[in-house]
Amino acid sequence: MGTRPYIAASPGNNFLAMSPYTNAVPMPPIISVQQLTKTYGNGFEALKGIDLDIERGEILALLGPNGAGKTTLISIVCGIVNPTGGKVLVGGHDVVKDFRQTRSLIGLVPQELTTDQFETVWNTVSFSRGVYGKKPNPALIEKILRELSLWKKKDNMLRELSGGMKRRVLIAKALSHEPEVLFLDEPTAGVDVSLRRDMWEVVKRLREDGVTIILTTHYIEEAEEIADRVGVINGGQLLLLQEKTGLMKQFGRKQMKLELTEKLDEIPPSLAAFSLSLSEDGMSLTHEYSHEESQDSIASLLSALTAAGIHFRDLSTRQSSLEDIFVALVEEKA
Amino acid sequence: MNIEAIKSIYFFEMARMRRTLLQSVISPVITTSLYFIVFGTAIGSRIQSIEGVSYGSFITPGLIMLTLLTQCVANGSIGIYFPKFTGTIYEILSAPVAMTEILIGYVGAAASKGLIIGLIILATASFFVDIRIAHPFMMVLFLVLTAITFSLFGFIIGVWAKNFEQLNIVPMLVVPPLTFLGGSFYSIDMLPPFWQAVSHLNPVLYLVSGFRWSFYEIADVNPVISLIMIGVFLALCLSMLGWMFKTGYRLRS
Ligand SMILES: Nc1ncnc2c1ncn2[C@@H]1O[C@H](COP(=O)(O)OP(=O)(O)OP(=O)(O)O)[C@@H](O)[C@H]1O
Ligand SMILES: [Mg+2]
Repeated sequence: MGTRPYIAASPGNNFLAMSPYTNAVPMPPIISVQQLTKTYGNGFEALKGIDLDIERGEILALLGPNGAGKTTLISIVCGIVNPTGGKVLVGGHDVVKDFRQTRSLIGLVPQELTTDQFETVWNTVSFSRGVYGKKPNPALIEKILRELSLWKKKDNMLRELSGGMKRRVLIAKALSHEPEVLFLDEPTAGVDVSLRRDMWEVVKRLREDGVTIILTTHYIEEAEEIADRVGVINGGQLLLLQEKTGLMKQFGRKQMKLELTEKLDEIPPSLAAFSLSLSEDGMSLTHEYSHEESQDSIASLLSALTAAGIHFRDLSTRQSSLEDIFVALVEEKA
Repeated sequence: MNIEAIKSIYFFEMARMRRTLLQSVISPVITTSLYFIVFGTAIGSRIQSIEGVSYGSFITPGLIMLTLLTQCVANGSIGIYFPKFTGTIYEILSAPVAMTEILIGYVGAAASKGLIIGLIILATASFFVDIRIAHPFMMVLFLVLTAITFSLFGFIIGVWAKNFEQLNIVPMLVVPPLTFLGGSFYSIDMLPPFWQAVSHLNPVLYLVSGFRWSFYEIADVNPVISLIMIGVFLALCLSMLGWMFKTGYRLRS
């Protein structure tokens, strides 16, 4: 049996490329998680009834602290862990009963850097395509390796690669069988700026091809950079699922701290319109603002400060962290 | 059936074995040659022939079985244990393959390698002693069935094992004694009646005896019983695996 001639390598399907938000006819979600629970063998309840619909073509970021259940959720969708209760549909098929249909739609980049140390990059990526039941396609593998800057390393053994390169290999493996859904479990853990940039390039390109992408992260900046929607998981529960813009509006607070050159006794009335607080020693001012205010409020604050004759020698900004958001969420629930 | 996946796993495994070819082929060949030199030639020349077969020729089937069993159990177990150990098993578990297809890939590769080594030993043996194969078809049948059965057994151990120690217990500590005591180097007729009876509890006796019968038509037990015993052991392994796959035992939590 010969291999079929290589035509065009485009993962996913172009008619799926329309964004879920502009699409007039509502499409069924590509992934539907219903009342999903998981209790591990040791009795630990890792998921406590998750309901989650993921739209075709969206990028969903799952945020949550260590042990929240993100990996468990992904593992159940991918078929690595068996669910205890509830069900998961991928492309309308049940992940347990119709595992062949569901799993062939999914590519997974795991959280752990697990590789066959003694295999070459080329072989391990080709192997992935094979176990997914696809005929060999060297041209596609070449395209993927080039895109991830791995082409020069294709004949190297994996143990000869750096950690970041191994992460690229895991991405290449997941893409080798042209999935329609891609899971990236903490893709940026231990990754440098250039790989991060490469990775987001790949993610954007995949998204244009209509691939649905689910990524987990601890960093809200990352979710902010790339996701359409954000889900927050903690203690095995989905605390919140929202479009990113709404989320940032609601919870994303920013702080700007100004170190003053001279002691200030009180905030002048001309600055009362800004949410400012003065430190006890009078040497620093802190400005709190929300995410979407950031464009104009900073500029007008700075000019108001100049007008009031207040000078500063240093300035730093800080974004509300995931922890802050959790605190906000928990307070809201209480 | 995901044929492409079976092929991928099979050839991936065969490639891994090729990398360790030197160790996995040379060492049994050297060991077997040593057995022939020590048992077959030095000691064997003082041992009278058994039922008309010279001692060196007599021990050949047992030596092949010894290596076949050890190799199949070792390769069958490491094949699945290693990805479990390194974590790369996530990929096979998340791929659209059924456990039976995974099994066919791994066990097929382990059995193939065992068979190749078995045949190499047979060829090596023919340099030292006269080999006569009375029932070539039965010889191949015994060889193939044993290779498959013990590779399956190895796979079970690979899934079960939690560390390298457990992984090595069976091929290192169980298979050799059973093979040595299973009449590889003697006919159990030579034993006192009590030990003859005990020997019949040893599953390897049936394998060695049936296999030797296909060479020289001499056997400690009826070759049909040998075949039945392999069949029973094969069925045991398969039902064990069936249970493991159904419950996700130590593979899917
Ligand atoms: N095989 C297992 N057996 C028992 N408990 C487990 C198992 N795997 C995970 N857990 C537990 O389930 C909980 C959720 O784990 P999970 O790996 O899903 O978290 P996570 O959100 O991915 O965390 P992280 O951000 O650290 O990756 C944790 O408390 C973990 O200890
Ligand atoms: Mg995790």
